[in-house]
Amino acid sequence: MNTAVLRAELRLFRREPGALFWILAFPTLLLVILGSVPALRHHRAELGGLRTIDVYVPIAVLLGMIVGGVQSMPQNLTGYRERGILRRMSTTPVRPSALLSAQMLVYGAAALLSALCALLVGRLAFAVRLPRQPYGYLLALLLAVLAALALGAVISALSRTTKIAGAIGSAVFFPTMFCAGVWLPVQSMPHTLARIVGCTPFGAAAQALNRAAAGSWPGWTHLGVMAAWTVLLTAGAARWFRWE
Amino acid sequence: MSVIEVSGLRKSYGGRAVVDDVSFAVEEGEIFGILGPNGAGKTTTVECVEGLRVPDAGRVRVAGLDPFADHEATSRVLGAQLQESGLQPKLTVREALELYSAFYPNPADWRPLAERLGLTGRLGTGFGKLSGGQKQRLFIALALIGGPRVVVLDELTTGLDPRARRDTWELIEDVRDQGVTVLLVTHFMEEAQRLCDRIAVIDKGRVAALDTPAGLIRRSAGSTVISFTPSAPLDDRDLAALPALASVASKDGRVTLSGTDETVNAVITLLARHRVTAHQLRVTDATLDDAFLDLTEVTA
Repeated sequence: MNTAVLRAELRLFRREPGALFWILAFPTLLLVILGSVPALRHHRAELGGLRTIDVYVPIAVLLGMIVGGVQSMPQNLTGYRERGILRRMSTTPVRPSALLSAQMLVYGAAALLSALCALLVGRLAFAVRLPRQPYGYLLALLLAVLAALALGAVISALSRTTKIAGAIGSAVFFPTMFCAGVWLPVQSMPHTLARIVGCTPFGAAAQALNRAAAGSWPGWTHLGVMAAWTVLLTAGAARWFRWE
Repeated sequence: MSVIEVSGLRKSYGGRAVVDDVSFAVEEGEIFGILGPNGAGKTTTVECVEGLRVPDAGRVRVAGLDPFADHEATSRVLGAQLQESGLQPKLTVREALELYSAFYPNPADWRPLAERLGLTGRLGTGFGKLSGGQKQRLFIALALIGGPRVVVLDELTTGLDPRARRDTWELIEDVRDQGVTVLLVTHFMEEAQRLCDRIAVIDKGRVAALDTPAGLIRRSAGSTVISFTPSAPLDDRDLAALPALASVASKDGRVTLSGTDETVNAVITLLARHRVTAHQLRVTDATLDDAFLDLTEVTA
């Protein structure tokens, strides 16, 4: 890791209003909009006595990393290759891999910041309890971020141009949002569907976060699913990534 | 001492030999040109020198280092300006200079460098908003920022207007005067003739000739052009018998001959013998252009 590269990438990230909005602001904004609907603040028996707004905090937490990992980062990385930025760096003593790790670190940090923002706004504006099993929650969150970054790296590895990265990113974006429960929270999904979704990285993440939020340790199965996806996707990215 | 040594370099893509047994050595402190038509294998050759590609066969050394195996050590002594590369569009000129300075143990101060390259007024501009010439100048600055012993400049004046091109030439001479060895890839004859101490002409992946610009011109059959208007007609047979003659033509009473210095002397003797005066006598060197066409035709 090269700190000069990291600083530069952090500065460049701050110059992307689109990425800033969709990763950092949008998930919390969605939470605020949902929370402003009185009906979504009623306790509901089918959600185990939780309010819809309670259920949407973990979803908002996942949303930022999905946008960052699947939509923004792959296009950026592919652009770095397409524009010869990696090539330029490969004639210096610093290897172009420094750019990739800096990008991942920046997007990972942005995803965590976005998650923190959603948790705090949920707590302060809508009295959503903070996770009662914070360590389990943090572990699930970190694994989810790693899986999102690995997924983004694979998309970038498979895309020859920024346009292709954008297209693949969008194609992956909607299923991952569905699995995370954006349209239908996993608690409301039929049992079989919830099981299937639980095998995907973000379905597993949603269920692990829910359990940790409620106070129990997130199941090893779901943590294991995320870890396995991360390993698998990272191996794929390493195998298929081209420097030029 | 040779600072760059290339011997028996070969590189193929998909079974097609792009570089086929190229050898040359670049001495410390010289401007060495690699000249050749498009697709001749120039860029592939220098990419092997830069350590961006692994040769299929042959040996490449930069300051005694293997550029591919000792990439990090090589990149500290070799600065490169690549034909196709870019920077992050929103990275400003100042940030790019600072960032690349941080990559090297003993970087040059980027401020005077930016001033010399006329970038001072653009320090706050993002890379994506620079003109083609400004991007080129920034890349030259980045090639020099590590304080290298060798710089490789690939097609650096392509896309520059004539004035910017001349400014860049002066800059390259400055760089050399500071003791940096320059490996210059170009397809501009004028540029090669003006700047290079020695030139390797590469054609179809092979070195067609390696010499000083003057030496290359001398090698071509009609390296000297003599033209004059004789005060009395000369016998065509006398002209045709001149030594080392490459071509002869007469038009509207004016005779144009090409050949070597030997031909020039013989013409003067011939004129004196016949007591003919040569009006408007002009003796000019052929250009590198002529020599280049000659050389690349021979191997075609």
